[in-house]
Amino acid sequence: MKMVLLSYTDLMLAATLVIALALLSVRMKLSLWKQIIVAASRTTIQLLLIGLVLKAVFASARFPWIAVMAFFMLLAAGREVTARQKRRLTGLWGFGVGTGSMFISSFTVTIFALVAIVGNRPWYAPQYAIPLLGMLLGNTMNGVALGINYLTQAAWEQRRIIEERLILGQDRNQAIMDIKRESVRTGLIPIINAMAAAGIISLPGMMTGQILAGSPPVEAVKYQILIMFLIAAGTGFGTLAAVWFTSHRLFDSRHRLRLDRLSDTGTS
Amino acid sequence: MGRLVVRELCFHKHGPFSFTIEAGECAGLTGPSGIGKTLMLRAIIDLDPHRGQVFVNDIECNSVQAPEWRKMVGMLQAETQWWHDTVGEHLDEPPRELLHRVGFDEDVLKWEVRRLSTGEKQRLGLVRLLANSPQVLLLDEPTASLDMNNAGKVEEIIREYRQKKHVAVLWVAHDFDQLKRLCSRYFVMETEKTMKEVIP
Repeated sequence: MKMVLLSYTDLMLAATLVIALALLSVRMKLSLWKQIIVAASRTTIQLLLIGLVLKAVFASARFPWIAVMAFFMLLAAGREVTARQKRRLTGLWGFGVGTGSMFISSFTVTIFALVAIVGNRPWYAPQYAIPLLGMLLGNTMNGVALGINYLTQAAWEQRRIIEERLILGQDRNQAIMDIKRESVRTGLIPIINAMAAAGIISLPGMMTGQILAGSPPVEAVKYQILIMFLIAAGTGFGTLAAVWFTSHRLFDSRHRLRLDRLSDTGTS
Repeated sequence: MGRLVVRELCFHKHGPFSFTIEAGECAGLTGPSGIGKTLMLRAIIDLDPHRGQVFVNDIECNSVQAPEWRKMVGMLQAETQWWHDTVGEHLDEPPRELLHRVGFDEDVLKWEVRRLSTGEKQRLGLVRLLANSPQVLLLDEPTASLDMNNAGKVEEIIREYRQKKHVAVLWVAHDFDQLKRLCSRYFVMETEKTMKEVIP
């Protein structure tokens, strides 16, 4: 089976659909058209750029370049997580907690997958390392952002309850336990839903891509299952770490709720 | 038994304040709204960062873990907070005798919190607090949202506990009649830095 190559005209044809959506949203006064156009433009520019970058990295396949690229991706994901918080930890913590959690989970899981499962030589072969890390970071980012956002929001809204529990002699873990649990759940629900729906309701993107590119379906499916498991583990560990670090930072050593360590960014 | 000693207590822009409440004594604290009375209670129970020292008997705040400290220094807020669905889930071991004394039987443990009236919440909040056997009581307008009947009940439970266990009580209120009735003396917080003592 031969892969059908797309021309730029083909892409423009698809873009007219997005433009139609933007026009409709203007008519319906949804004040969304700007966001739609900006997001669609970002997709186009970012993906074209990454295409060029990947071409260069694949061609050189040198470890330092791959590491630089991996860290660039991590920092970008960290920035995205930070930007999605309505109330974030002040100072470097706001950026550090999300980024650190994604580093711990995504990098560990990716390296595990590359070394123990894929088993390429060298293990950091960019054709595998970069897309794997990308998929893990993209999903972990969602879980981490959702988890932290729920935690800080709920801590803010339920501060009187948390403080009542502290007053009654509970320690900081007990006082915020319910909220922590719910935060992790919030972060994990998207991937659990995705796993549950995979194959029946949705055909996951990577697998579809491989099939479109001409891979035998069963081989594509095996890769997709692998990816799903990796994403679930990466998102889970990442969200747990992020929620743990954030809630730890919300209290001081005397078990006081320190909401002064949160700033209101006004975004949501 | 509990004696409360506050030495050079500073919190936010307030203080320093120093005073002692003897074991078994009930002292009042009043002053204009927003002057910092609640902040003072929060500093004493170590819910906000502060400087200076607070002792219960001879134990200094920083010499014990914060949760232990807060069990020793009980605090009742103007509006008690509840986080589980039923009353019973908030109590590790339901203090049956105490419940009877404030006018509930054991059925109350199955009651849903959202159906409680303000008066019931405040009385049950007091039961929940006293179940920790605090040695000092900080009361932040505990009867402000209650009618006369319920306010009387709450006052009575606190008086009984104070006399039986010989604990120091610091009672924040706006009502001078109540302060005169309950307290042997009271402090008036006049500014963020000054407090005067009144013996009625």
